[in-house]
Amino acid sequence: MSTAVQVVGLIADVDPVPWARSQMAFTLAFHIILVPLGVSWAFLTLIANYRALRHDDADALLLAQRWSKYMAVTFAVGAVTGTVLSFEFGLLWPRFMGRWGEAFGVPFAFEGIFFFTEAIFVAIYLYGWRRMRPWAHFWTGVPIVLAGIFGTMSVVAANAWMNAPSGFTLDSSGDVVSVDPVEVIFNDAMPLETAHMLVAAYLVGGFLIASVYATGMLRGRTDHYHRLAFTIAFTVAAIATPIQMGVGDALARWVYDEQPVKFAAIELVPQTSSDVPETLLGHLNSDGSVTGGIPIPGLASWLSDPGTGTSTVVQGLDSVPASERPTEQEANVVHLAWDVMVGLGTLLFLLSLWYGLSWAVRRRAPGNRVFLVLAACSGVLAVVTMESGWVVTEVGRQPWIVYEYMKVENAATANTGVWITFIAVVLLYLALGVTAIQVLRGMSRRFRRAGGFHEVDGPYAPSEPPRGEPDEETVR
Amino acid sequence: MSDTVAVVLLLALTAYAVLGGADFGAGFWDLIAGGPERGARPRELIEHSIGPVWEANHVWLIFIFVVSWTAFPEAYASIMLTLFVPLTLAALGIVLRGASFAFRKSVVTLRSRRGFGAAFAASSVLVPYCMGAVAGGIASGRVPAGGQAGDPVDSWLNPTSLVTGLLALTAVAYLAAVYLVWEARGDDDAELTEYFRRRAVVSAVVVAVVGVVGLVVLHGDAPYVFDGITGRALPVVVLGFLCGTGALVLLARDATRGARALAVLAVAGLVVAWGVAQWPYLLPETLTVSSAAAPSGTLQALFVTIGLALVIVLPGFLLLFALAQKRLLPGEGVPDVADRTMHGSAD
Repeated sequence: MSTAVQVVGLIADVDPVPWARSQMAFTLAFHIILVPLGVSWAFLTLIANYRALRHDDADALLLAQRWSKYMAVTFAVGAVTGTVLSFEFGLLWPRFMGRWGEAFGVPFAFEGIFFFTEAIFVAIYLYGWRRMRPWAHFWTGVPIVLAGIFGTMSVVAANAWMNAPSGFTLDSSGDVVSVDPVEVIFNDAMPLETAHMLVAAYLVGGFLIASVYATGMLRGRTDHYHRLAFTIAFTVAAIATPIQMGVGDALARWVYDEQPVKFAAIELVPQTSSDVPETLLGHLNSDGSVTGGIPIPGLASWLSDPGTGTSTVVQGLDSVPASERPTEQEANVVHLAWDVMVGLGTLLFLLSLWYGLSWAVRRRAPGNRVFLVLAACSGVLAVVTMESGWVVTEVGRQPWIVYEYMKVENAATANTGVWITFIAVVLLYLALGVTAIQVLRGMSRRFRRAGGFHEVDGPYAPSEPPRGEPDEETVR
Repeated sequence: MSDTVAVVLLLALTAYAVLGGADFGAGFWDLIAGGPERGARPRELIEHSIGPVWEANHVWLIFIFVVSWTAFPEAYASIMLTLFVPLTLAALGIVLRGASFAFRKSVVTLRSRRGFGAAFAASSVLVPYCMGAVAGGIASGRVPAGGQAGDPVDSWLNPTSLVTGLLALTAVAYLAAVYLVWEARGDDDAELTEYFRRRAVVSAVVVAVVGVVGLVVLHGDAPYVFDGITGRALPVVVLGFLCGTGALVLLARDATRGARALAVLAVAGLVVAWGVAQWPYLLPETLTVSSAAAPSGTLQALFVTIGLALVIVLPGFLLLFALAQKRLLPGEGVPDVADRTMHGSAD
């Protein structure tokens, strides 16, 4: 009996804040992998679809059809994880939503509309292959691309607002009394942050899809179909990569100006000073010293503002009280994530450069094994790069949930059972992840077994009566 | 202005109930379809009818959440804090459902199919019950105003929640049965048409019984909403009841058309009646819609999104709906060459 009481007491004593943070981080980390596919795959599919129609390319047509089916699966999984996120905003952060919902919610309301649009047109495009005229069908894919772009911008605008809250006035007790929705959406952090995520979606989606076909090519599947799929996806990613470096650089400078404490964590700068070295790896200790790593003298200062060079002053972590900056542990996480993002991003850039040069000089993609092996890894690398970037922006904002207005600990739920839901969510998501991969692989195996030959009556053939198509029915 | 947003919220809730609800209800029939052999054919029809929409109906739910937290943040915080348990169960159920439905399609052995099938069906029952229980907690005034947590247990384990949970479950099962009659008839499958027709008739009667019991419970446990239902919302209740009766007569007579539309109106009537009955309160007797509303700037932004929805989303949705109604949407898009080979070898 007494052990039961103790167990109940233990459950009641568990601090919900770290568990709520872990659960939100875990579910977002999962969802963010699906996002690039949802946003960019439709675009890649339309490229294949366009090629099929313009050049009468049967392989491109088959590719577009199959991509539209894969896309529908990843979209459905994304819908489930997105639904869970919308629950979690309230379940884990009720005090955040209660106080800031009227401002923070505005971009989400727009996102809801774009998501709706996307869902509808994914369905129309997926099921329209046989029933619509070719070009009319092609155009039903365009709203998916646009809705993906605007949807991403809306969601990231909400996150940007947490970094640069604006567009509201507070009364003396701190409640929001008026809201300027335009200023909420177009807050200071919004333009660069949305651009960074949007380009990331095309970059990650492109590399992820290209890596699948690179693996296939390494296994000897080098027919036109596979090369076409690889070329479309990798080209989009290779174009996005240099753009991303430019956007990322501009965003880093924005952070230097507007979120100096986050910047200090990124560059591992304990005390405000000039001539700050760029430390690769390294570790911030509890006494405020930095050990290990490879310091490049003056580079952090120089990069922050090349105009003033190494004499640029970089604000240190100690410029604000300890309660208003990331802990040492968090600063180390931010710095490591930053190094990983920049390092892998540079690697992907070099890979893109190789690809681009090969096209420029020899009019074809590099065909050697080293390139293909790297390309086959590029998908996972790109995902890790994106996750690292997301860790930088989220952990770097700590302890704030709304920068300089509300701390995470004041936003979380007081329900002590969050650790239970965290465990349940992790288990269920593992099942969901395995499911999604199983389904996609099953489709791929099925498609491959069929080989590269084509249907006699193509998808754009005159539509048969909807009834009596036994081949469609028995598949299930 | 906040009134309009509340009405939109109620309409979205209604749409989720009649469109998403049927997906859950189909899972209920899957659950009680019997052993693997006896239940094989109805399960096949259920799988095929859910296929094209799969989880996309959750967009309604996301829309409902987003509008709630934006337009009525304080009430939203109160609801999420108080009804943490049923809402968490519903969220987990949605994931479990999505994963197991897909998994069941992709695994081959009977044993694992049964396992995932059971998870799919059980979570399909859990989610509407929890949603109904949440509605009951709100309707019976157990969620306090002011972004505070009410009783974490009594708020959803109470007579009203029990009855509204059951009402939600039976109503979606009823709707699904009616939809499945239509699906089976479209397939010219007389046996399954009869199978689901009988279930639709029985579940219609069960919904009515639960509804009457619910009124008795509300009388004692949620007097404000009871007064609303027997007063302000009475026309809606009567209309919904007439539609339900009409649907029942048509189903009993095995009429080919009309039953589905009337059944949808009957279930929509339930949701709308609840909304009208607790008007003007968002949280009965503690927080009115107008006092819970966000500042006017936020509401204006919501109006813009609602306008966009009418211009962009609605036409697309109607097109999709029309295609589905004409049964022009093949189950898995264009049949792939791979499917054809599979078909050939399977034979």
